Amino acid sequence: MTANSVSTNEAITARRREPVSNATLLTCISIGIFLTMYIVAIITLKGGFTKPQQVFDILNNNAHLIIIACALTIVMINGSIDISVAGVVALVSMVSVMFLKGRLWPAEGMSDGVRVALAACIAVGIGLMFGLVQGTLIAYLDIQPFIVTLAGMFFARGMITIVSAEPLQLTVSNEPGILTIVQHRIEMMFLGSPNKKGVIIPARMEVGVIAALLVVVIIAVILRKTRLGRHFYAVGGNRQSALTLGINVKRTRFQAHLISSLLAGIAGFVFMMHNVSGNATNATAGEMDAIASSIIGGTLLSGGVGNVIGTFFGVMILATIKLIVVASGLREPWWQTITTGAMLCFFILLQSVVLSRRGHKMKLPPWLKLTKG
Amino acid sequence: MGEILLTMRGICKSFPGVKALNNVDFTLRAGEIHALMGENGAGKSTLIKVLTGVYPKDTGEISVEGQPIAIHSPQDAQKNGIATVYQEITLCPNLTVAENMFIGRNENLVVDWGKMVKRSDELLKNLGIPARPKQQLGSCSIAVQQMVAIARAVDMNCKVLILDEPTSSLDDKEVEMLFSLMRDLKSRGVGIIFVTHFLEQVYAVSDRITVLRNGELVGEYVVEELPQVELVAKMMGKELEGLSDLDKNRGKSSAAGESLYEAENLSSSEAKPFDFQIAKGEVNGFTGLLGSGRSESVRAIFAADKVTGGKVRMKGKQLNINTPYQAMKAGIGYLPEDRKRDGIIADLSVRENIILALQVMKGFFHPMSKAQMSGFADEYIRALEIKTASQDTPVGSLSGGNQQKVILARWLLTHPEYLILDEPTRGIDVGTKTEIQRLVLKLAEEGMSITFISSEIEEMLRTCSRLIVMRDRKIVGELKGEELTQSNVMRTIAGGGKENA
Repeated sequence: MTANSVSTNEAITARRREPVSNATLLTCISIGIFLTMYIVAIITLKGGFTKPQQVFDILNNNAHLIIIACALTIVMINGSIDISVAGVVALVSMVSVMFLKGRLWPAEGMSDGVRVALAACIAVGIGLMFGLVQGTLIAYLDIQPFIVTLAGMFFARGMITIVSAEPLQLTVSNEPGILTIVQHRIEMMFLGSPNKKGVIIPARMEVGVIAALLVVVIIAVILRKTRLGRHFYAVGGNRQSALTLGINVKRTRFQAHLISSLLAGIAGFVFMMHNVSGNATNATAGEMDAIASSIIGGTLLSGGVGNVIGTFFGVMILATIKLIVVASGLREPWWQTITTGAMLCFFILLQSVVLSRRGHKMKLPPWLKLTKG
Repeated sequence: MGEILLTMRGICKSFPGVKALNNVDFTLRAGEIHALMGENGAGKSTLIKVLTGVYPKDTGEISVEGQPIAIHSPQDAQKNGIATVYQEITLCPNLTVAENMFIGRNENLVVDWGKMVKRSDELLKNLGIPARPKQQLGSCSIAVQQMVAIARAVDMNCKVLILDEPTSSLDDKEVEMLFSLMRDLKSRGVGIIFVTHFLEQVYAVSDRITVLRNGELVGEYVVEELPQVELVAKMMGKELEGLSDLDKNRGKSSAAGESLYEAENLSSSEAKPFDFQIAKGEVNGFTGLLGSGRSESVRAIFAADKVTGGKVRMKGKQLNINTPYQAMKAGIGYLPEDRKRDGIIADLSVRENIILALQVMKGFFHPMSKAQMSGFADEYIRALEIKTASQDTPVGSLSGGNQQKVILARWLLTHPEYLILDEPTRGIDVGTKTEIQRLVLKLAEEGMSITFISSEIEEMLRTCSRLIVMRDRKIVGELKGEELTQSNVMRTIAGGGKENA
């Protein structure tokens, strides 16, 4: 006993800093890679990359992707998967465009602001419904999440064509009031840059970006600080253990899918605000981009590890790499797909190398090492 | 010794066709470490599962501190202060040590990391557990993870702590660490039920021993009053004095032929280094209690587990055997212990199961003709008297003994020079048992070397000319010729026998 207490006290009184956890390390790697990539792009490609507006363009174009990538991060941490998110995004954007055009039901006498707010409620409602059904099937009836959400994806995509066979678009001539609300942009003069005539054009950011950033922050807090968030990690780490530790595993899995589909609903509305159109091909393969972003941001598909800050940078990395590909003169769309694939491959390789190396006795700086206690 | 903490009276539990527990009593006092011992099928784990609410009991009553209690679920058990730490870690490796101690215990909606870390730090220091609260659990050794699980139980005010095989994957130093924690808890008045296979560990920490056999209570003993030899005898159900040493007229196949297989310091991920050799035409066996490492050793020979070191010679030629395929190529066959899991493929026909190993040996690019396969299958179905409707019958529908013969046929077809049979007679009827024993002796006469493992000592004594005795993962003795008696085997297992020459 005495010998033990001595070594124990040493271990505790030494108070050395805990080694960085795998999740944090992977996130740091993705942030580092994003910054390096962007700086290299600024130096070598110049052009748009030197202007702050470039960053805001990336955010504007990918706000919905940030949200569904957060959704995927939650379900993946929970050891599950959700491939219905992009389908829900497309369905929600179609339904809300229809509603705003007054085709769902005539909306006379309603102010434009109320109509947009109602559309947002409908979007969230559709997300909730998907979440309730999918969550119940997965958590309480114990059906494979992949299959349930695959069905959900087909269902959502099919519903779009039932709702409206032809693509819809909000236009200035028909819905001027709604368009000004939906396409409102926040202008930041101090981040502006001069155009060819020397006039300073302010940097513009869409409202959807604020929603996306809010989602990232809120989910980050939920995952880190709340009981619900920690239960997500526990269930993803080892479901059987979580059960014996007294966690309500079924409810936790249900909640993960509920939140995921809810976020997909919000993402659909954000997508509509950016695109102002409803189309069966909207956000095609968005779920794959979301999964890729999560993984690049350090979420493990096997569950239990990940965080949304990393996911945010995952989305940024994917978007930036696509821009870089185009800016370097490879304009054909397949180059973007190929580089995305290569990127994903590289990250997964990097992750597994880093993770396996940490377990071994290698010459690593102490903060990188996982020492046995 | 403190007052009585837990009593179980007249516990019965039946499963379809088996009486797993028959009128078993168990008493645990506060501040004692009580070892629960028994061989495979003795009912230890059933008793533990009844106590923790995993299985409902048929009859009997359980009371804690004199109050009768009803246990219907693991949660009920926990509420009554009964905590279990299982052999496999039931914590989450991706969370921190502190989280693992407090998660799932009516936490608040928002996690207070500061308070949690502080409380777990106090608890870890108090119990002398060498872990840091913010450390990821997965980066701790298995022993420390187990101790964290114990700390969690202690913090939940457990009175009865059940440790189910806690030491089976720990090294000596870690075992010592765990023991000092157990003694510490004991001094705090916790009653500990210690389930293990390791005899020496029982004597190192326990105060009392309860022995079960075949679902019945053999007795409760104070450790000092029960020598190891007697404990082994009680577990095996043999009276030491009454042992008649019959069966002296075994086959004299022990005549030392030329050495066929030799291993030097062979070790695997599961087995500690050991030396072993077998001569041509010899039948030898590994014996020992369950968990003594006998199966692990033969699995190392066949490379069924990852081989980690050692030299292997076959007919004097040095060989590398790192995969079962290489072992098969070298002429070694292996009948696994658990034929349902490792052996038969229940949905394939008798013929396909028989052909399997030979096909692997030939490689998949050299298919055999249908006629050839039927020929082989027919030959062995007749030779081994396998009772099957036809060779197309799925193996799963055959009786246990006939399934075993199918696997035997599979290996005989590859004409191995050395065959390892791990528990070939378990769960099959007496008639088939003797048939298989006779077959083993016949094959040996024809020049095959055979290593035979069985839980039944009589069977081993009848078939083997040399017995290697194992205890606590080590070879502790070797018996041959005149020494092959039941009492000698037991003495060696218990630690009083002849040392390895």
